[in-house]
Amino acid sequence: MGRYHFVEGIALADCAIDVEGADLPDLFETAALALADVMVDPATVPTTTRRTITLDAAELDLLLYDWLSELIFRKDRDAEVYTRAKVAIDGGGPFRLVADVEGGVLDPARTELRSDAKAVTFHQFALERAHGGWRARIVIDI
Amino acid sequence: MKVNPAGDCIWEIPPSEKAGMLVPARIYASETLLGQMDQGVFEQVTNVACLPGIVRAALCMPDGHWGYGFPIGGVAAFRADTGVISPGGIGFDINCGMRLLRTHLTEDDVRPRLAELVEALFRAVPCGVGARGFVRLTASAFRDVMREGAGWCVRHGYGWPEDLECTEGHGCLPGADPEHVSERALERGLQQLGTLGSGNHYLEIQVARPDGIHDAKVAGVLGVERPGQIFVMLHCGSRGFGHQVGTDYLRTFDAAMRRHGITVRDRELACAPFRSAEGQAYFAAMNAAANTAFANRQVITHRVREVMSAVFAKDPHELGLSVVYDVCHNTAKLERHRVDGEVLDLVVHRKGATRAFGPGMPDVPAVYRAVGQPVIIGGSMETGSALLVGTAHAMAETFGSTAHGAGRTMSRHQAKRRVWGTKLLEDMAGRGIVVRAASKSGVAEEAGFAYKDLRAVVDVLDRIGISHKVVSFTPIGNIKG
Repeated sequence: MGRYHFVEGIALADCAIDVEGADLPDLFETAALALADVMVDPATVPTTTRRTITLDAAELDLLLYDWLSELIFRKDRDAEVYTRAKVAIDGGGPFRLVADVEGGVLDPARTELRSDAKAVTFHQFALERAHGGWRARIVIDI
Repeated sequence: MKVNPAGDCIWEIPPSEKAGMLVPARIYASETLLGQMDQGVFEQVTNVACLPGIVRAALCMPDGHWGYGFPIGGVAAFRADTGVISPGGIGFDINCGMRLLRTHLTEDDVRPRLAELVEALFRAVPCGVGARGFVRLTASAFRDVMREGAGWCVRHGYGWPEDLECTEGHGCLPGADPEHVSERALERGLQQLGTLGSGNHYLEIQVARPDGIHDAKVAGVLGVERPGQIFVMLHCGSRGFGHQVGTDYLRTFDAAMRRHGITVRDRELACAPFRSAEGQAYFAAMNAAANTAFANRQVITHRVREVMSAVFAKDPHELGLSVVYDVCHNTAKLERHRVDGEVLDLVVHRKGATRAFGPGMPDVPAVYRAVGQPVIIGGSMETGSALLVGTAHAMAETFGSTAHGAGRTMSRHQAKRRVWGTKLLEDMAGRGIVVRAASKSGVAEEAGFAYKDLRAVVDVLDRIGISHKVVSFTPIGNIKG
C-alpha cells in the first residue's frame, strides 16, 4: 500500500495531499483512500457496497483527475464513500482504468463525517515517476 | 517580488515583476493584514494579471489568502469582446453566497429557547457530507430551477415575492441554459436543494447589539431597528451541481486553451475567450449553477421560517422574518464599467469577493438605492459577522467589489492540531454560543483563531471607502456542516 500525507500551507481553505505509490495502480488506490479520509473517518464506513468503475482518459494525469472526480461525484449522487479500491490501468495512451471499489452509504449515525470534498483542482496538480514508483500532488476544494 | 505602497491601505505589484503581466496587481490591506497574507496570494494575483483581456489591474481584497487559480478575495475584469472567462476565477462552488434575514425578535426573546431553536434548525436544514434535501425534483423541474433560480421556489411556495426584490439579480442571473449542463451535474445536484454543505458553510443566529451599530441611520434603512435585534445569516452555495459544472468545464477549458493558443501560469487558470463557443457554454452553465444556489438559499429560508414559526408559535410574517439581502461570492458577471474614461462591457470575476454597488445604481433594490447595496461579510462562528453597504468609490476603484469574509490565516489541519472540536464546542457554549454540527473535526477547522480579525478587514474596507460599515453582529447560535 502506498502512502499519503496532507500538505500544510497550500490553498489554506482547501486540502493539499501528496500521494506516493509503488506503481500506478497503487498510487490510484492510495489516492482514493486519501480522498475518503478527507471526507470521513474511513474506519467508520461499513463495507456494504461493491461497485466497478471504468474510466478512459487521453493522459495519465487526466485519468487520475477523472478517477477522483468520479468518487466525489458518487459521494453526492449515491451518498456512497469507498474506503478500498483495487485498480487496474491498461493502455499506452489513451489509458483505461477499471476499479473494484468497496465502501458504504453515508449514515451520520454510524459514520464520522469530516469535510465535504467539492472537486479536484488543477492547482499544483501533478503525477510523475519518482524513486522507482509514482507520486502525485492533489489539491481538493473543500 | 516588489509590493509597493500605492495609497492608504493600497499596495501594488508592477507588471515588471513577472513576465507576462499585462496590468499591475493591486492589493487592499493594512500593513498587518498584508503581513498575514501568504506568498501564494502574491503569486496568484500576479498570475491573474497575465490573463488575456484583463483591464486596469488584478485585485485582491483584504481577506485575501492562497486559493487555487485566483487567490480567495480575487477580483478581475476582462473585456467581453477580447478577454477570457476562467472557471478558476469563479471557483467550483458557483454563487456560494450570503443571505441575511431580519426578525422582530430580540435576544431576550430567543435566549430562553436558543438550544431548542438551534436543534430544530439542525434537523430541518440538512448539512454535512452526503446530505439530501427535502425538495423532491424531477429532472425537468430541476432544469426549471436552473432557469428561474429563487423565483422557482417562490412560485412553488418556498418563499415570498418580496424575497426576490432583496436578492442580487432578483435571484436569477440571465443567460442560464440547462442545455450546456451535463447529465452528471444534474444527477449530482438533483437531491441537494435545501442543503447547507460543510466546510465554512453555516446557518447562524446573530444579535445586533447597540455597540455593534456603526451607522444608525443606514442601519435603520436596512431594517436594523431595535437593540438586541435577532438576525439569521446563512452561507452556502450551489452544492454538488455547481461543483460538477466547474469540474466539467475545467476539463473542457484545459483542452480548449491549446486550440485558442492560450497559455497560463497555473493550470487551474484554464480559460477560453468569453465570446468563444466554450466560453459562452460555460457562462450559460455557470449561470444555471448560480441560479440553483439562489434557490438553495431560498429553500433554506423557507425552512428557517417554518422552524422559527413552530418554536415561537407565531406566523413568520408576525416574526418579521424578511430578507435583508442575498449576495453572491463566486461568480463572473457581465457588467458595464468605466475604465480610463471608456465605458466597457466587462466579465467581472469575483472569487471569494462580493459585489458592492454604490448608491443610485439601478441593480440596487429600490428600498436601499439611496444608501447602496447591502454587503454581508461572514466571519467565523466565534467572532461574528458584519453588514456594510457598497459605495460610489467601489465603482471607480474595484469594479464595484469588496471582501467576502475574514479570510483564513491557517490551514484546516493546523487548526485541528490546535483544538479538539468537542473542547471548542464546550468553550463556545460557556460564552453563550450554541453550536450544532454534523462534524466535530469540521468545527475545529472553523475555529475563530484560524481566521483574520474580521474587524480589521472591515475597517480597511471602510477606510479605503470601497464599502461603508453599518452593523457588526454577534453570534449566539450556529449550525455547521
